[in-house]
Amino acid sequence: MMVAVVALTHVRNLFAVVVLFGLYSFLTATVMVALDAVDVAMTEAAVGAGVSTVLLLGALHLCRSEEEKPAHKPWLPLAVTIGTGLVLVYGTWDLPAFGDPEAPIHTHVAPRYLQDGPRETGVPNVVTAVLASYRGFDTLGETTVVFTAGIGVIALLRRRRHVREDKNT
Amino acid sequence: MKNDMILRIVGKLLIPFILMFALYVQFHGDFGPGGGFQAGTIVAATMVFYAIIYGLNTARRVLPDWIVEAMIAAGVLLYLGVGFAGLLLGGNFLDYFVLDADPVVGQHRGIFWIELGVAITVCGVLLKIFYLFARRGPD
Repeated sequence: MMVAVVALTHVRNLFAVVVLFGLYSFLTATVMVALDAVDVAMTEAAVGAGVSTVLLLGALHLCRSEEEKPAHKPWLPLAVTIGTGLVLVYGTWDLPAFGDPEAPIHTHVAPRYLQDGPRETGVPNVVTAVLASYRGFDTLGETTVVFTAGIGVIALLRRRRHVREDKNT
Repeated sequence: MKNDMILRIVGKLLIPFILMFALYVQFHGDFGPGGGFQAGTIVAATMVFYAIIYGLNTARRVLPDWIVEAMIAAGVLLYLGVGFAGLLLGGNFLDYFVLDADPVVGQHRGIFWIELGVAITVCGVLLKIFYLFARRGPD
């Protein structure tokens, strides 16, 4: 993953950048599998590596495939990034250790979902039970977000085509 | 890539199985990994695959724009419909326990329909974005 990221920042050919993004998404998916989050890994592989690569290639088809040389020196953004990263790392020191059973997230509602979920919903996959049943309202919101994104893209790209047609006539 | 025989034949062979896998991911989401979002993405990816091999216009004959646009709204409406069905049957909004006499069966029914709604919307949105991008040639 480190190699992919370093290569991403150096390569100027946008086609290579898109391919590296796909690679990075697949590597992220393997990380999710290693964390036992198979549902997320599946989504990452399908959306991140599959569909978004195709969409980026479609966008690439519309513009030139070589990136311009940056107009500014990278030192200020680099300093800001490193500063933010250090602050975030400092913030993680107060987090409970990874996999700590006493962490607040494991003692709040998760035990109830795990104990009563299969009995109440009859769904063996707890992820689905939480996503669709206990947190159904959140998932409704997510679906609405996807819907809104689609409407936004339609509104932007369609209008442009009409404008061009008006100019021709 | 319309004239590449290997791609055309392999595509023809694979597409039914990919769609079948999408249905498996959709309906088996209760038991294994998967669900509406993943299944919708797989269906959309299949259509993108089809469009790349056989050309965008062929794909748009198979799944016309108006169906794709209707899918975007239909998924959300289906989801909301399940929510209001819960209300009408005397429960809370998105309450699945009242959808059937047996609460567990009601849960199954509710999850099934909302997952279907999510799949339809996700598939529609992804396909619509792909259609809109792929249709625009370089200016």
